[in-house]
Amino acid sequence: MTVTSGSKVEVRLPSRLGFEKVAMSTAAGMAKLMGFSQDRIEDLKTAVAEACINAMEHGNQMNASIPVSVVLSMKSDELEVKVMDNGAGIETPTAAPDIDRKMTGEEEARGMGMFLIQALVDEAEWVSATGTDDQSFVRLVIRMNKEGE
Amino acid sequence: MQAATKVSQQQLTGASGQSVTCLRFVGDISSASKEAVVGTYQTLDKASQKHILLDFREVEYLNSSGIALVIQVLIEANKSSQTVAICGLTPHFTKVFTMVGITKYASLYPDEAAALAVL
Repeated sequence: MTVTSGSKVEVRLPSRLGFEKVAMSTAAGMAKLMGFSQDRIEDLKTAVAEACINAMEHGNQMNASIPVSVVLSMKSDELEVKVMDNGAGIETPTAAPDIDRKMTGEEEARGMGMFLIQALVDEAEWVSATGTDDQSFVRLVIRMNKEGE
Repeated sequence: MQAATKVSQQQLTGASGQSVTCLRFVGDISSASKEAVVGTYQTLDKASQKHILLDFREVEYLNSSGIALVIQVLIEANKSSQTVAICGLTPHFTKVFTMVGITKYASLYPDEAAALAVL
């Protein structure tokens, strides 16, 4: 099989926890076809899983009948992943977790998903829906060679 | 829809002769794993079981909600003056646990033998 830049795959998931693994596997399969290293594939898998979980929980409020759409687009040396939901979107990504504050109960133990996404991919952008027919999405870009390496 | 987490418990002995309680997890660790992770930890006797080893060698899937459950164990263990060590993480999750700061409160070891050599 020849992997060509511009190839696109779309996956629609019910908003039910566990189905994020379907998007994870799809993303990993595409990255493998493109020749990504295993450590970059692991970064991608975690970022995609967290993005899908956020879309299910916060975007679609765990309504299983509302799908999370995941569009994966191959570029020459990068993979772009858009994860779309029906929520209002997130304006500002959360701050990095503070383990000391978590240990003292000043910060919730949960709430690390957006931090992990930002830390593991090369680009992460949250875009809020602007109209009733529009969807909010997070757009991730992961490159074969991480910047700075 | 989320896969179940299996957990087993074993008493081990560290190199210095102290008793180490090992909790071995199998399968997925996610938001559905609270009973397996936090619940199992809470069945331990905080007065006598002072050294806990969490073994992730057979964990197939771990997400941020699952990591939050590990942090909940660390919070409770810290209050009870128990030490927690973690082994069997993949290189990727070793990196992730380090990124979120868990290494400040729990030492990470590649496997059980490496952990017991230090505990």
